Amino acid sequence: MTLDQLLPGQFAQIAAVGGVGAFRRRLLELGLLPGTEIERTGQAPLGDPLSFRVRGAVLCLRRVDAAVIGIAR
Amino acid sequence: MTVGGPAAARGGPESGARPVRIVLAGNPNAGKSTLFNALTGGTARVGNFPGTSVSTTSGRLSLPGGVQATLVDLPGTFSLAAASPDERVAMAAILGLGVERPDVVLVVADGPRLLRSLYLALQVMELGVPTVLAVNLMDEARSEGLDVRLDALAGELGIPVVGTVARSREGVDALLEALAEAAAGRAATPAHGWSEALDADVAAVAAALPGASGLTAASREAVARWVLLSADAEGVAPGFEAVAPVVREVRQAAGRVGRDLEAELVGTRYAWIDARGPVFLGRAGVATARSVTERIDKVLLHPVAGPVVFFAVMALAFTALFSWADPLIGLVETVFGWLGDGVGAGFDAVAAALPGLAGGIGIARDLVVEGIIGGVGSVLVFLPQIAMLFLLLAFLEDCGYLARAAHLMDRVLRAAGLPGRAFVPMLSGYACAVPAILATRTMPRFRDRLLTMLVIPLTSCSARLPVYTLLIAALFPATLWGFLPVRPLALLGMYVLSTASAVVASIVLGRTLLRQAEDAVLLELPPYRVPDPRVVVRVVYSRCTDFVREAGGIILLATVVIWAALSFPRATPEALVGPEAVAAAQAAGPAAEAALDEEVASRALEHSVAGRLGHAIEPVIAPLGYDWRMGIGLLGAFAAREVFVSTLGVVYGIGEDVDEADEGLRERLQEDRRADGRATYTPLVAMSLMVFFAFALQCLSTMAVLRKESGGWRWPLAAFAWNGALAYGAALLVFQGGRLLGFE
Repeated sequence: MTLDQLLPGQFAQIAAVGGVGAFRRRLLELGLLPGTEIERTGQAPLGDPLSFRVRGAVLCLRRVDAAVIGIAR
Repeated sequence: MTVGGPAAARGGPESGARPVRIVLAGNPNAGKSTLFNALTGGTARVGNFPGTSVSTTSGRLSLPGGVQATLVDLPGTFSLAAASPDERVAMAAILGLGVERPDVVLVVADGPRLLRSLYLALQVMELGVPTVLAVNLMDEARSEGLDVRLDALAGELGIPVVGTVARSREGVDALLEALAEAAAGRAATPAHGWSEALDADVAAVAAALPGASGLTAASREAVARWVLLSADAEGVAPGFEAVAPVVREVRQAAGRVGRDLEAELVGTRYAWIDARGPVFLGRAGVATARSVTERIDKVLLHPVAGPVVFFAVMALAFTALFSWADPLIGLVETVFGWLGDGVGAGFDAVAAALPGLAGGIGIARDLVVEGIIGGVGSVLVFLPQIAMLFLLLAFLEDCGYLARAAHLMDRVLRAAGLPGRAFVPMLSGYACAVPAILATRTMPRFRDRLLTMLVIPLTSCSARLPVYTLLIAALFPATLWGFLPVRPLALLGMYVLSTASAVVASIVLGRTLLRQAEDAVLLELPPYRVPDPRVVVRVVYSRCTDFVREAGGIILLATVVIWAALSFPRATPEALVGPEAVAAAQAAGPAAEAALDEEVASRALEHSVAGRLGHAIEPVIAPLGYDWRMGIGLLGAFAAREVFVSTLGVVYGIGEDVDEADEGLRERLQEDRRADGRATYTPLVAMSLMVFFAFALQCLSTMAVLRKESGGWRWPLAAFAWNGALAYGAALLVFQGGRLLGFE
């Protein structure tokens, strides 16, 4: 399962962080690491980007970017 | 790791020696600017970090014991990787690359998001500099139910840790003491270790680092680790190309055995932090209370209410920019008008006393009054809108809404190849391109910034409005077929045209010249807070001084040049209209003399450089339906688009104090005839002119700001060329197409 498939209000654990280069490094440095808990909080009115709560902060990711993060529920 | 930072090596700061240098690092939204203000009391000086366009703020403070210190506020970052200019500046400032080495690094942690903030703290400690940790926003952490244990933090990290609430100055005195101690103390030693494999990789890169970089052994390792982490498929961080082969080798070797260097480097730090989370944050380490922010977001990010509030906020912001700044703009204009009149009267008095020098004094008077005072006025006239825009931006940013606005608009702007952050600058462009281009600084990626800056001049700024109003009111019928209100529709059409062209230009430029893979959007929505007025004021002040310092000179120079082109070479009234006409008017009394003056002004303009240029370009602009008078107007409009109206006023001998609502000017345009008796100004010519004004980058102030923000003349000149080509082509199409369809 990937992060873009998580529904609002659902929690999951990050299983793998894909992506490349600076974007992937940024995800890791913000603390999105295997085992980190993440919650889908909502989305922008047009359905994209999505917003997530992780480590007490709310982060927005476009669907296509969220799809590089593998999760386990 | 070895002990012994720069302060230890020097034996600590002595009184009377140079001030202690402290740099302030921290995550965005951790309250860093507020803490900076609390520590320095607002003695801020803004400047660019050497060799970059990243601005840093520095201020002075006194540490306990009378030691003087300089505090440098770095851009907010989550990490010291080299992904952005901000991060590279933070890294260079902490390591003392290209600048003086700091004696102490003060890391500001975001209390409610403490564990994530510790990531940056660990990175700083690895660099082997004395480090102090301020856990800010303690009040928010407490109200979210977090129990931050400062003693445990200090014990585990091995550095001084102080809890602060910068806004209420809570903990600031304790922080000052900790800074004074740290400045005399020793370098931080990170508590976390690395795997043997990583240590071997880092050692290999460290050995390849250039020798003379002035780094201690500890920081050599840290730099090597940083280069390793910052490297990706495209290469290594700028300035470290020498170690690129070794880095590539290490990464490939790691990849062959299935290792993931980034995850190892980042994961090791987080593993250390997460293992101690319960020690630092009490029981579970999770906020228990549902925060105010979540409740506000329920409304502001609601699928229906969210956009409604967003457009209301933007409408308010736009009104402020468009209308509320007007009285202040009027005030600047009035004050400079008075100043010009007063100084002019002074010159006239001197000229009256020294009749022999009257001619020379007259020229000096015009240079000072119209060139210099007018030029300074034309710089300062932008300040109300710039101040207003940055007041709004700083307020929205500081209260947390700007990030939401970017989130809400991301999907919309993505269609034009831009991120959500581009919305506010683009909207501001409808008031004035100058502050709008400055507002692109809130965008993190340079390519997106540049693209936004290049399309902003196409948005219909308020200086085009007088031109449109004059032409529409003078030349368009009030209604068509008895019911269709042509004039409002024509004006609306110009706004639609401008918006459509900005969107198309963004798509085209984004897929051609500025083609780059779409950047992933990683946007944080910070908690809502009441903005700190001192931070807001500081932003407004620094943006205004930035503008005057960086763009003011060019705008002033351009104004003087355009004034000179419109005024020189000079000729006496007798030479311009003939001695008989002058004598006749003097004999006929004041009314005739006034009429003669206007006639003389008109002839003088025709005689000037600009007038001759107007004649010279007539063959080029004739296919667009323009004559040489309009040519002069177009040239004058380079100072500012609305100058087109007053230039036409002078050309037609009505005087320069006309505005777009002037009946005399409107009638004059309606009555003007070409040599063959046809009307000079027809609705078709008006349309051609309006389309030209919609596209042409006819504003030297915009060019000056573009030069400054894009880092050179290349982009403003390119934009000038393609906008000019677009304007010419579109006006040609309108005029010639209209004629083919049988219009005049």
